[in-house]
Amino acid sequence: MRSRNSSRGGIRLFAYRLLLLFSVFGAWHLLTATGILPRFFFGTPTLVLENVARWFINGKIYAHLGVTLVETLLAFATGTLLGLVIGLWLALAPIASSLLDPYIKAGNAMPRVILAPIFAVWFGLGILSKVALGVTLVFFIVFFNVYQGVKDVSPIVLANARMLGATRRQLLRYVYLPSATAWVFSSLHTSIGMAFVGAVVGEYLGSSSGVGYLILQAEGAFDINTVFAGILVLTAFALVLDFAVTALEKRLLRWRPAAPIVEPH
Amino acid sequence: MTPALALEQITCTFAGASSYIAVRDVSIEVSPGEFVAVVGPTGCGKSTLLNVAAGLLAPSAGTVRVLGEPLRGLNRHAGYMFQAECLMPWRNAAENVAAGLQFRGLERLESIRRAQEWLARVGLEDFGSRYPHQLSGGMRKRVALAQTLILDPSIILMDEPFSALDLQTRQLMENELLELWTRNRKSVLFITHDLEEAISLADRVVVFSAGPAAHPIGQFAIDLPRPRDVAEVRLTKRFLELYQRIWELLKGEVLKGHAQQKLI
Repeated sequence: MRSRNSSRGGIRLFAYRLLLLFSVFGAWHLLTATGILPRFFFGTPTLVLENVARWFINGKIYAHLGVTLVETLLAFATGTLLGLVIGLWLALAPIASSLLDPYIKAGNAMPRVILAPIFAVWFGLGILSKVALGVTLVFFIVFFNVYQGVKDVSPIVLANARMLGATRRQLLRYVYLPSATAWVFSSLHTSIGMAFVGAVVGEYLGSSSGVGYLILQAEGAFDINTVFAGILVLTAFALVLDFAVTALEKRLLRWRPAAPIVEPH
Repeated sequence: MTPALALEQITCTFAGASSYIAVRDVSIEVSPGEFVAVVGPTGCGKSTLLNVAAGLLAPSAGTVRVLGEPLRGLNRHAGYMFQAECLMPWRNAAENVAAGLQFRGLERLESIRRAQEWLARVGLEDFGSRYPHQLSGGMRKRVALAQTLILDPSIILMDEPFSALDLQTRQLMENELLELWTRNRKSVLFITHDLEEAISLADRVVVFSAGPAAHPIGQFAIDLPRPRDVAEVRLTKRFLELYQRIWELLKGEVLKGHAQQKLI
């Protein structure tokens, strides 16, 4: 329960945050209106907001947002599933894991955005190539967290489950998997963010729909206001995704007092 | 009568830079329904022995017999209460207690129902939906106790199960354990470094030497009448006599063990 005092503090904080937002837009407006910053490169905030409003009013944005959302979710689901299965397998198979270790490291170290042109060639300019890019980004986050989750299982908990009669398969289902999924859930923010990055970057590098495509098109026409509008919409969209993830996490990780995260670098 | 659990000439050697003999030539028998406590200085390989009895660890030499049969693999007749936290943190108390039944193929709802009964028996009927991190240390031990006893094992192995608890909680738990055990007598092998705990609980106390190569150096029948209250029995004359006799033997080993730990 929040005390009245802290909720009043919360309102004040919210007000200050809004104030900060308005001052940034205000400064932007002043600097571009007075010509200190060239409007051609920095746009005009009123026109940017007008653009955003027009998109939502004439409904043009929804189809593009829908495409980006579908790509993000598909990349997230596929990457998570692959990371989960391969992570569990390698964590429990020491020989395979020591064999594949350098390749996993190499795969993670590689800047995977560079694969986008290859995926475009393989999968075309549609949704699939963006999903593939997102999968390569999500996979490693999930993989390392699953791996960590399996290694994280306390040997006592494991011995206890075995003494309680768990077979190997039951250990996998009732001990390793819950521990691993806990780690996956705690990295949810990072992995859904990465899926989003994969989708947008993929669209930006070549596509026929999606918010990244809108930005690409506007950039080609030197329409900086539309570029900024696209960025604004993407940011808001990412925030909404993040809120959704937080809500999901609260439900799924009830049993957990605090959640650590491993991030691949 | 065939002993419920018999350790015969058990030796455990751990390979390493310098191989370390944890226990050597240990033979202990636990009769059906008997409560045996093993006391010894810390680090004397008592837990190693328990792991051998559970089948979690294969001895370097010697045989374990369970109800007369040589043990291969895990000891399916034994329940094990660990010293450290052993509950699955992602399962609530009831699901933790029900786990063993589910592993044996019992239907989920039925196993939860029976788990609730056991939670009530250890005084936690209202805590079934709490997760381990929402329970106190004593409550978690109760859950672990119910988790072990629900499977009705004929042998119970206990590795200093209450050592992490404060004194009051500990005595409460010891009394509860005795009460549950009296109702349905199992063979118990109880490991502890606390002599008072050993005497107040057990039918027989086995004293271990300090490690390495720890082995039993004496055993004492505890003829204190049951039912016992662990707090009150400590004040009786007979308890003190037993305590003095066993402590005389144990004292030397504790000092030896202490000196060795200092060397390390």
